[in-house]
Amino acid sequence: MRNRLALALLGLMLALPAVAADYVALPGGRFASVLPADGKAAPAQIAPFRLRTEPVTNAEFLAFVKSHPEWRRDRVASILADQRYLSHWADAETLGSGALPRQPVTRVSWFAAQAYCESEGARLPSWYEWEYAAAADATRRDARSDPAWREKLLSWYSRPSSAPLPDIGGAPNVYGVRDITQPVWEWVDDFNALLVASDSRDQNDPDVLKFCGAGAVSLQEKENYAVLMRIAMLSALQAADTTNNMGFRCAKPE
Amino acid sequence: MKRLLPLFAMLLLLGSARAATPLPGDSIYNLKVQLTDQDGHQQLLSARRGRPQLMSMIYTSCKMVCPMIIDSMRLTRNALDPATRAQIDLLAVSFDPARDSVATLKDYAEKRKLDPRIWTLARTEPAQVRQLSGVLGLQYRQLPDGEFNHSSELILLDADGRIAARTARIGKLDPEFVEAIRKVVAQPRG
Repeated sequence: MRNRLALALLGLMLALPAVAADYVALPGGRFASVLPADGKAAPAQIAPFRLRTEPVTNAEFLAFVKSHPEWRRDRVASILADQRYLSHWADAETLGSGALPRQPVTRVSWFAAQAYCESEGARLPSWYEWEYAAAADATRRDARSDPAWREKLLSWYSRPSSAPLPDIGGAPNVYGVRDITQPVWEWVDDFNALLVASDSRDQNDPDVLKFCGAGAVSLQEKENYAVLMRIAMLSALQAADTTNNMGFRCAKPE
Repeated sequence: MKRLLPLFAMLLLLGSARAATPLPGDSIYNLKVQLTDQDGHQQLLSARRGRPQLMSMIYTSCKMVCPMIIDSMRLTRNALDPATRAQIDLLAVSFDPARDSVATLKDYAEKRKLDPRIWTLARTEPAQVRQLSGVLGLQYRQLPDGEFNHSSELILLDADGRIAARTARIGKLDPEFVEAIRKVVAQPRG
């Protein structure tokens, strides 16, 4: 009896990684984001959620494109993905030498990332969820004050963008989330909501109305500029844009 | 009546020919967005294909700039000659589906005297709000107190749902934008 139980447990343990490696639970809570919730100083409130442990890979995205042909690069509507969408693949349904199966998929638009997550019964994480998950290191939930954490985040910028992307499979952080700050940047659901004017009543100059967002939001933790640069990058993008190093992962409710 | 029949047949044929024309890739109607209007009618955004749309995004509890967006839409429409005016529809989609129920939209439309034959106030699900704002290039962000920060623009869609013009001038008339509407309405559909 005891043996059988042990066997069953062993079986369960062996089976678990295949299932549970996909998404891990993160507790959420109050989080001091670089982007105050009220545009001034309020911390973000993050509900418990689950996050994909790894970014979506070329192989995974290829399987999605095959089952959702409207997202093939030769069929996608131009308003949903720009000209460079998946342009590093050999053809619409072949990865080829420029896109290895275990590399994170890049050159995907926000719309395409969102559609992929939907096909997994998931959604894109919010900025707060992403920033919160990325704040951890191997042992701490919030390692952001540690110079080593900042150094790691900054080292991304010194990697030439022409260098081939490494395969995913980096060391997990304390939640079991891998590859979140490297090797790619990731789309978030509210990428176009990060720098919006907190007061758009100034009607004198239409250009000021449109662009005063960047000046109106006060950013916290200015020394944390590696994270702030990500916000600037995301805010500069349109939802159909694709870039060499923008990938994504998905999130689910608790 | 007999004379009308061929006319009906022709209209039907025309209608089906239009439906058969593939959507241009740069049309926002490539996005599947289910709208529910102030009367509870459901309609796909793409069902608005066929007539140019003057549109924006708002939320009804907004006290600051949203009433000015509605005013600007009205002002813009009123600046058009009657023939042009009759060719366009006005559409405002809510950023705030949690609070903008059908009843709230209806109430707002009545308070602001928005004629339902001209105006569609609509809500859609949160994920689709984000998608719609994505294709329109509008930014919004919900604050902890429930208010929204958002960019304020009027957008002109041509009959196939392509963004033909936009203006960030809110609160007063943008003559160039009015001219753009005239041109889009006047252009023959191919």
